[in-house]
Amino acid sequence: MESRWTRVALRAWAVGILLFLFIPIALVIIYAFNVSTIQSWPIPGVTLKWFGQTWEDPEVRRALLLSVEAGLMATTAALVLGSMAAFAIHRFQFFGREAISFVFVLPLALPGIITGMSLNSFFAFNQVTFSLWTIVIGHATFCIVIVYNNVLARLRRTSSSLMEAAMDLGANGWQTFRDVTFPLISTALVAGALLAFALSFDEVIVTTFTAGAQNTLPLWIFGAIRLGQRLPEVNVVVFIVILVTIVPVVIASQLTGGRAAGRVEAVAAAEEV
Amino acid sequence: MTVGALARGRKGGRVGRIQALLWRRPWMRAALLLGPGLAWFVVIYLASLVLLLITAFWQINPFTTAIERVWNLDNFRTLVTDGTYRLIILRTIGLAAAVTITDAVLAFPFAYYMARVASRRVQTALFAAVLLPLWASYLARVYAWILILNHDGVLNWSLLQLRLPPANLGYTNWAMWIVFSYIWLPFMIIPTYAALERIPQSYLEAAADLGARQGRTTWDVILPLALPGIVAGSIFTFSLTLGDYVTPLLVGGAGSSFIGNVVYSNVGIAHNIPFAAALAVVPVGVMALYLLGARRLGAFEAM
Repeated sequence: MESRWTRVALRAWAVGILLFLFIPIALVIIYAFNVSTIQSWPIPGVTLKWFGQTWEDPEVRRALLLSVEAGLMATTAALVLGSMAAFAIHRFQFFGREAISFVFVLPLALPGIITGMSLNSFFAFNQVTFSLWTIVIGHATFCIVIVYNNVLARLRRTSSSLMEAAMDLGANGWQTFRDVTFPLISTALVAGALLAFALSFDEVIVTTFTAGAQNTLPLWIFGAIRLGQRLPEVNVVVFIVILVTIVPVVIASQLTGGRAAGRVEAVAAAEEV
Repeated sequence: MTVGALARGRKGGRVGRIQALLWRRPWMRAALLLGPGLAWFVVIYLASLVLLLITAFWQINPFTTAIERVWNLDNFRTLVTDGTYRLIILRTIGLAAAVTITDAVLAFPFAYYMARVASRRVQTALFAAVLLPLWASYLARVYAWILILNHDGVLNWSLLQLRLPPANLGYTNWAMWIVFSYIWLPFMIIPTYAALERIPQSYLEAAADLGARQGRTTWDVILPLALPGIVAGSIFTFSLTLGDYVTPLLVGGAGSSFIGNVVYSNVGIAHNIPFAAALAVVPVGVMALYLLGARRLGAFEAM
């Protein structure tokens, strides 16, 4: 339909956008190997020494540990609550079903500052001390919908006749779940868990409002960039965080045949129910 | 014999009885499955949102910074009458709008290429390429732009190679505009692409048969049909910019404060949670109005 020149122009535009999207990420990866403590371009030389120094930094280690702990706990909570809710919504018709989907997606759809600020005043009101637990509660709140969506999408694509056949053959509810349903949705569970972990591992806005004196890794990066301190270590940490968030997403995408549902899809799916 | 009795007869014992009970009463199964997740949301999240709204009508004792549960509108009055806060609110909304328009302009030709020109294989690859940066750490991407825009960064180096004067964009509102547009661009591309892909080829053929040139077809057929997708994307770009405070803090300069920054400093430094809550209600109100408008334009069917 389009003329030759339109196609050429569109292709050039697409290439331009891809460069715009990826050059900054490539650059920040290159800076992780910058030999100088001054962050200027072009970098004067290449080194691996900052990787060792960053690993030795007790603050970075503590932050990393806290991030992993919070991520694992939030993911676990999200897995249990999110998949159970997905089963209920898939299996049963009841009044208020749409409202429930809408509520689940709110933490992702509303600006992060609102979720953060709400939880902050909630904890302050109930005189809860800010700790690892408050971080986990904040993260789980927006991770639940990720698991929920991935499991629900899989259940909708799975024919219910398989479960019915198992029941007809005399399997009880638990056996049907263990031998039929669970294997069918297991990859969706793993994909949801990986995406939820990646989301939690990188979260900064809600975390600032729900963390106490301890730093998660993103909070450490945020503080260091603000103060302009220890930038060589920031470069390394940022490089690691990119790896830690992208690798699970690529695996999740493989597991679901490119159907893993992240933030965009989560909000979109909630509108469709 | 009922199904429940069958289950009891076969399995027996307490487990069997519970299973039979759940089988006979499906609503109990639904409640058991949905209960915990829903309780989490009602007890923690919705309660928090309601509390935020309530707190906004309280105030603090200026000497002890303890929250006093006295109902009043002082916080909101300050927001409306104090010129500083009015400016901050307008700046936040203005920049969110500018970012949304920029992303729509950047995304449309790209999404068009993805949906209607590229081959199936290229389409899949582009889709992955657009989503990937979204997951590559938000802070990493903001930091990347600090490195690019700073005085000795890539931008000025590139300008020097082209024998152009340096552009010192670091720590300005321009920097915020660029960084926000960059970070939220994928959120605009995906829904726009989805809307464009859904347009039947026959519509375009009909337009061509009726003598419309390409420009006319794009303007009168494609753009109106893609609009719900663009509006859907704008919900993300607008809402995410509205609620951000990290980017203004890291790449904005003096006088770049956002609503989020004032909320942040009122929680962390001033300990004035009621005022912070009142300020946080502003983006909720703005988003509510925006969503009502978006619904009218059919954005929710497009996602």
